[in-house]
Amino acid sequence: MSTTTTAPPASTEDAPTSRLSRISRLQALQILILLVVTIAVFTALRPDTFLTGFNIRGIVQNTAIYAVLGVGMTFVIITGGIDLSVGSVLVFSGVVADKIMVAYGGQGWGTVLVGLVAALASGLAWGLLNGILVAKAKVPPLVVTLGSLSAALGFAQIITKGLDLRDAPQTLVNDIGFGNIVGQVPTIAVVSAVVVIFGIVLLHRTRLGLYTYAIGSNAEAGRRAGVKVERHLIKVYAFAGLLAGFAGLLNLGFFQSTTIGGQSNTPLNVIAGVAIGGTSLFGGIGSVFGTVIGLFIPIVLQNGFIQTGVQPFWQQVVVGAVLVAVVYVDQLRRAAALRGTKTRLPFLSRAGSTSRKGSA
Amino acid sequence: MTAVLEARGITKHYGHVEALTNANFDVQAGEVVALIGDNGAGKSTLVRILSGAEAADGGEVLFDGKAVQLTSPTDARELGMETVFQDLALAPHLSPVQNMYLGREVMRKGLLGKLGFMDSKAMRDGSRSAFDRLGATVRDLNGTVGGMSGGQRQGIAVARAAAWAQKVIFLDEPTAALGVVQTQNVLDLVRRVSGEGIGVVFISHSMPHVMEVADRIQVMWRGRRVATYNKADTSMEQLVSAMTGAVAQEAS
Repeated sequence: MSTTTTAPPASTEDAPTSRLSRISRLQALQILILLVVTIAVFTALRPDTFLTGFNIRGIVQNTAIYAVLGVGMTFVIITGGIDLSVGSVLVFSGVVADKIMVAYGGQGWGTVLVGLVAALASGLAWGLLNGILVAKAKVPPLVVTLGSLSAALGFAQIITKGLDLRDAPQTLVNDIGFGNIVGQVPTIAVVSAVVVIFGIVLLHRTRLGLYTYAIGSNAEAGRRAGVKVERHLIKVYAFAGLLAGFAGLLNLGFFQSTTIGGQSNTPLNVIAGVAIGGTSLFGGIGSVFGTVIGLFIPIVLQNGFIQTGVQPFWQQVVVGAVLVAVVYVDQLRRAAALRGTKTRLPFLSRAGSTSRKGSA
Repeated sequence: MTAVLEARGITKHYGHVEALTNANFDVQAGEVVALIGDNGAGKSTLVRILSGAEAADGGEVLFDGKAVQLTSPTDARELGMETVFQDLALAPHLSPVQNMYLGREVMRKGLLGKLGFMDSKAMRDGSRSAFDRLGATVRDLNGTVGGMSGGQRQGIAVARAAAWAQKVIFLDEPTAALGVVQTQNVLDLVRRVSGEGIGVVFISHSMPHVMEVADRIQVMWRGRRVATYNKADTSMEQLVSAMTGAVAQEAS
């Protein structure tokens, strides 16, 4: 350390802290502890069935698709936005992929690859549309994605006349949806883990990740520093759409169906997982790792309640309470750490228009 | 000696309101010029025009003696001019290092850099030396700026501007809302920045701060510069009477 000759005595400045980053890490840690405790309780209650390879496999499989959606949602929420359209985009992409795979013919990997391209392209298209409307047209993200939630599902129903398609190729269903990569390790979980790790690296190690935080923190500061805020917002929504498209293909393999009527709660469940995992709905703070933990909790609870003979509907009650409690506690601490940055939720306002005077 | 930045006959209207009327301004390399005047005298408008945030309706801006067009803050930045706005424009959730390099990240060499990976160590080292050089007290380079005191944030904002500015820095009310010690620290910082050969334009309402830090003082009144004083030849009384329009050296 070199000397700072005219620095004032330390006592006159507030103790500088990394309070905010510590809180964020702390919260991911607390949620991890909550998850571990939950698992421990159910293991103690049902030692012979809960922590078995078969059961863990089921839990991981059920979390895999949500985790893929959760990665994109984490990015969007860190920018101060929200994406309600992920469930519908998932369905739409599954429908398009299914139609194209059937038209292409065959049951093998070639067909799956064609379906993958179709699903990714469909998801990307919706994501780009969301992003352009949010960033360029300055329509609030809540409204934009509520619109695409409705429209994407509508298109999926128009294409299928409202009837689920169940003719996905065998390779997709047997090798990806239900298959194991080695032993009892499900392929879908490994694929999902790769997406999660990619998301973690992208968010925490690259410039794209840094700009995501910067926009959620203070878009105007980014703009003045030369960050192309609009272009970056479009990228983030496009990324979320791309992942929703990918999840559409996984969903098609796992359920052997396009699940048209089954995804209405998906965006809310994913958003709940993101929030429980410590990502701030006010933007600027969050982690993909926290999101994955936050997504595991509802699924572990449901599984555990079924095994212990508690009505599984209690899961919904508990998750609702945990969600509100976590966000409340987080908000209290954040208000204390960040002076006077309380604004209304940013995804209700135009992109990047929240000037946070007094915050810095 | 030519001024590093000079404005001649700048006019600016907002509807029927004349914010600037034939306003002149100049700053030399390595000097601190205080820009003072009552509310609505046109100080902030002038700085916004000189930093490229707004376009003038008339007049010319000379940079190193040559006429330049400033159409965006990026233009000004490319010439080596930085501005510290009153609201500082820091991202509260990011660290001092991330704020320092926001929009100017140092990327890793080779393929990793092309993939978007940043050279965190280079940016850390660069930030530390910039903060140390200016005596800005930033003890926690990993903490978030939002959790730091007003003085530290001001220090970071000024150090960031100083690190990137080659020629001129504008400081809009840098000591407003600061405590005594933090204010002193910022004033010291201003002196050190000008000591590196950078022209500093210092907007303030505080006459004691102006008298302490400025080499020259330019007074604005009703949209134009009415007087310029060397600090040695003036007094607070004189400055105040110029601010109220009682003294006008320059013809309108």
